[in-house]
Amino acid sequence: MTCLPEITPGQKKLGLVIDLDTCVGCQACATNCKEWNASGHSGPLPDTKPYSAGAEGVWFNRVHSYEAGEGERGRTVNFPRSCLHCETPDCVTVCPTGASYKRIEDGIVLVDHDLCIGCGLCAWACPYGAREMDEDEGVMKKCTLCIDRIYNTNIPEAQRQPACVLTCPTSARHFGDLGDPESKVSKLVAERGGQPLMPELGYKPVNSYLPPRNRSSVAAKPEEAAPTPMDIKNPLLRWMDKVLTR
Amino acid sequence: MNPAPSIVFFTTASGAGYGLLFWLGLLRPLGLVPGQGLVALALALLLITAGLLSSMLHLGNPQRAWRAVSQWRSSWLSREGVAAILTYIPALLLGLALWIDAPALALVAGLLAAAGAVATVYCTGMIYASLKPIRQWHHPLVVPGYLALSAFSGAVLLAMLAAFAGGGAVPALLAILTGAAALALKRAYWQAIDSAPPIATIESATTLGFIGKVRQLDPPHTEQNYLLREMGFRIARKHAAKLRLIAQGAGFALPVLLALLAVLVGGTPAVLALTLGAVLAIGGLLIERWLMFAEATHTVMLYYRG
Repeated sequence: MTCLPEITPGQKKLGLVIDLDTCVGCQACATNCKEWNASGHSGPLPDTKPYSAGAEGVWFNRVHSYEAGEGERGRTVNFPRSCLHCETPDCVTVCPTGASYKRIEDGIVLVDHDLCIGCGLCAWACPYGAREMDEDEGVMKKCTLCIDRIYNTNIPEAQRQPACVLTCPTSARHFGDLGDPESKVSKLVAERGGQPLMPELGYKPVNSYLPPRNRSSVAAKPEEAAPTPMDIKNPLLRWMDKVLTR
Repeated sequence: MNPAPSIVFFTTASGAGYGLLFWLGLLRPLGLVPGQGLVALALALLLITAGLLSSMLHLGNPQRAWRAVSQWRSSWLSREGVAAILTYIPALLLGLALWIDAPALALVAGLLAAAGAVATVYCTGMIYASLKPIRQWHHPLVVPGYLALSAFSGAVLLAMLAAFAGGGAVPALLAILTGAAALALKRAYWQAIDSAPPIATIESATTLGFIGKVRQLDPPHTEQNYLLREMGFRIARKHAAKLRLIAQGAGFALPVLLALLAVLVGGTPAVLALTLGAVLAIGGLLIERWLMFAEATHTVMLYYRG
């Protein structure tokens, strides 16, 4: 049923917290996501013309890279974009078949690939571009928050996390219950001032983005550089400088 | 947004078919349409059915299309499907009534078919108007636009058929009135979307506005993907301006003038004028519908183009 479940206080809201301060844009999250989801719940994920020009495919995670601000305040920010598992997702309510749904028990937004007719309306209704059409199967695919990992009792408990979170080398991605104010992720959001994407559209994203830390207090002016050995033209003096520097 | 030919054809053809069905159901029982009306009904149902079949070409799994009527509680696409199917019942009953010449049944079935036609086109408009990420569609003039264009194209077709059946100025007058109204509405819509501010910015999309202006450094992928093909369609501004002029001229102004001419002269010239008017109107509306997609922008492109 594509009507949204009623929101009750203290309801479980599983989601991701992404740290824009520490993300280095290595694409490991995107790659490991693709690797895991190419089989399991969403598999296979299409790759058309994989070994020639025009290669493309379905990915649930896309890592953008932006420059923000000018001059000393300006900085490069790597920006992973994936499904935000919104509290009021229009991608679910527009679905004509009931293939799109939001789970009552944990808030994960999923697609039932056996019901999907591939009309693409949900992708139009998502402001964030979280859904991509599997043109081989003619059905819509999207991030499942690794539903086939996080509840999987066949893998060690420490690994029951989304593939993107497990693989991140800088721990820029965190997974947890954002409906519980006492959870680690909720505290992280409160402490660092986590932000939703495009809040003005009213989708109430569950995922939160931690802003890059302010560096103005850290970045001191570089000291004037001392002469390097190569600046000394006289070979004897250069040798003396080398010996005395030891 | 990508102007998929199947959807452009669907909304134009079905829109004209429902418009024709609306006027036929309303006017035929009142005796304002010459002839039996069966040809008009057949044309209406042909356009509607061809359009609906064309819309199924857009689906990844057309064999599952029947599932689309299940979620009418929340989905305008589902409601459109339900309304489209239900409208066939009074439309076919209207055909039966016209065939066996049962005026009472024709009146009831005609009114129900007209109501069904309005409901279906309203749902079509709401599919687009309910999409918040696309500001050119999430606009109060979109649904009135769909209804007005459907009424206009239906009236133009009915006027042509009425001329073939030997007169009847009412459909031609309706074509003039609805044409003028639809043109005014469309112009107001274009003016509104041209002057409206964006609904979101790259700064709000990335949360980085607190640092300063945001610009793209590296794209996430170097090749195309579904999002870029579906949501990233761009039309050059100069082409959009020209196409708008062509749509206004061929789609509205000329058919209205030709209908006016037909009302004044009558006879064989009227048949020719209204036939040409109908062809021009449908052609112009196809351009208008193509523009409706081509000019629409989606918020996901903020991530790709800022």
